[in-house]
Amino acid sequence: MSIALSMTVNGQHVTGTVEPRTLLVEFLRETLRLTGTHVGCDTSQCGACVVLLDGCSVKSCATLAVQCQGASVTTIEGLANGATLHPMQQAFNDHHGLQCGFCTPGMVMSAVDLVRHTPDPSDADIRKGLEGNLCRCTGYQNIVRAVQAGARAMHTSGGG
Amino acid sequence: MYAFEYHRPSSIDEAVALITSDDIQFLSGGQTLIPTLKQRLAMPDALVDLGGIEALRGIRREGDHVIIGAGTRHAEVAASDTVAGAIPALAHLASQIGDAQVRNRGTIGGSVANADPSADYPAAVIGLGATVRTNRREIAGDDYFQDLFTTALEPGELITEIAFPIPEVAAYAKFAQAASGYAIAGVMVARMPGGAVRVGVTGAAPYALRATALEVALAADFSPAAAKAVTISADGLNSDLHATPAYRAALVSVLAARAVAACGG
Ligand SMILES: Cc1cc2nc3c(=O)[nH]c(=O)nc-3n(C[C@H](O)[C@H](O)[C@H](O)COP(=O)(O)OP(=O)(O)OC[C@H]3O[C@@H](n4cnc5c(N)ncnc54)[C@H](O)[C@@H]3O)c2cc1C
Ligand code: FES
Ligand code: FES
Repeated sequence: MSIALSMTVNGQHVTGTVEPRTLLVEFLRETLRLTGTHVGCDTSQCGACVVLLDGCSVKSCATLAVQCQGASVTTIEGLANGATLHPMQQAFNDHHGLQCGFCTPGMVMSAVDLVRHTPDPSDADIRKGLEGNLCRCTGYQNIVRAVQAGARAMHTSGGG
Repeated sequence: MYAFEYHRPSSIDEAVALITSDDIQFLSGGQTLIPTLKQRLAMPDALVDLGGIEALRGIRREGDHVIIGAGTRHAEVAASDTVAGAIPALAHLASQIGDAQVRNRGTIGGSVANADPSADYPAAVIGLGATVRTNRREIAGDDYFQDLFTTALEPGELITEIAFPIPEVAAYAKFAQAASGYAIAGVMVARMPGGAVRVGVTGAAPYALRATALEVALAADFSPAAAKAVTISADGLNSDLHATPAYRAALVSVLAARAVAACGG
C-alpha cells in the first residue's frame, strides 16, 4: 500500500508517495533530504528528531508520515532567515550550548516550543521543558543558559 | 517495522467498522504503539488512525463531572482551564507524563486502552472513580483494569470518552522513573463530596487498583500521618530493576501521605 502525501515543510508545499510505515523522520531525511533532523535512538526517548508539527514539538521518529497529511512541519532547516540564524540558534552558538552537535537540532526545536508556552522560562522550566532531549556531551549547563538567552532574544527580535 | 495498511476515518462508526479482524488496531497518538511497531513487538495488518475523528476530541464539564474525549492529548488536559478549575490534580498528573513531546501527541484514550502498569492516568481513573465510555457501553473504573496490559475492553471496542467525578479535593504524587517519567509508583488521593476517600495506585501492581487500607485510614483521619501509618503488603507487587516489591509497598504509603499533604490535609 502506498499513499500520496502532501504537506508544508518549512513553508514549502511538498508531495511524495510513502508507505504507511514510513516515519515522519524518514520522509524528512530520506525523501526530502532534510538531514538536520537526527535519529539518536529507537526507543523514542532522546529527542534528536524533534520537529514542530502544526507548531507543537513532536518526536518525528514516533510519528508516521501519513499522520501528517496536510500538516505544516518546521525542521531545524526552516528556522534561519537566509544567512541570519534564528535567535535560539544564535544563542546556542554564543553560549556554547553544544559540543558534538548531534542533539542540537532537537534541543533547539524543543526550546522554541518551550518559549512559545513560557516566554520567560526559569532554569527549572527549561530543565523540565527539555526533559525529552538527551545530550551526551555538554552536561546541560550551557544549554540552559543558551535557552534563557535565546528566549530573551526571541522577544527583542519578535521572532518565533 | 513490518508493512501494514492504513485507514483514516472521520467518524466513530466508520472507525469501528474498519476493525474486521483481531489483526487490525486503532492508532491514537502513537506514543506507545509506534515504538512497539518499531521493535516488532506488534505486527498488525492495518491501523485505523483515530486522529481525524473530531468527535473524540475535547474537554467539557457536565454538572459534577469533567468529561475528556479519548483523543484529547496529554498537553491539552494539562493546559485546560476546565480541568484546572474542577480537578487540578488531573491537570497536574497530565503535566507529569513523559516529556513535552510525548504530551503533545499522546492521548488519554490511548493511555487508558493500553493499561501500562506504570502509566499515570490509570491512577486517576481509579482514584477519582471515573467511568470509561465506549462505543458500546459504560465501564466503571473499578471494573476496568484487569491485569497487566489487560482491560475490560472487548476486541474492536473503542473508548470514546472518560468521565471523571469532580472531587472535593484531590492530589496525585508519583515517584517517577528518571529516564522515562513512568511511575515506579503513583498515588491519587481524592476526598469526594460527602466525605468518601478514594486512593488509586499505579506502578506498584500489575494493574492500577484501589488501596482500601489507605481509604479506611484516611476516611477516619485525613492526614499525612494517618497515610504513613498504613503498612501496605508487598505480596503480588511488581519487581523490576527499578524497585523491589517491598520498596514499592513503602512508596505507596509515602506517596499517599504526600498526596494528602498536597490536598491540604
Ligand atoms: C519516552 C516516553 C515516555 C513516556 N512516559 C510516560 C509516563 O511518564 N507516564 C505515562 O502514563 N505514559 C508515558 N508514556 C506513554 C504515553 O503516555 C502514551 O501516549 C500513551 O501510553 C498511549 O497513548 P497514545 O495516544 O500515544 O496511544 P497509541 O500509542 O496510539 O495506542 C496505544 C494502544 O491503545 C489503543 N487505543 C488507542 N486509542 C484507543 C481508543 N480510543 N479505544 C481503544 N483502544 C485505543 C491502540 O490500539 C494501542 O493498542 C511515555 C511514552 C514515551 C514514548
Ligand atoms: S530518535 Fe530518539 S526520540 Fe526520536
Ligand atoms: S552536544 Fe553532543 S549530544 Fe549534545
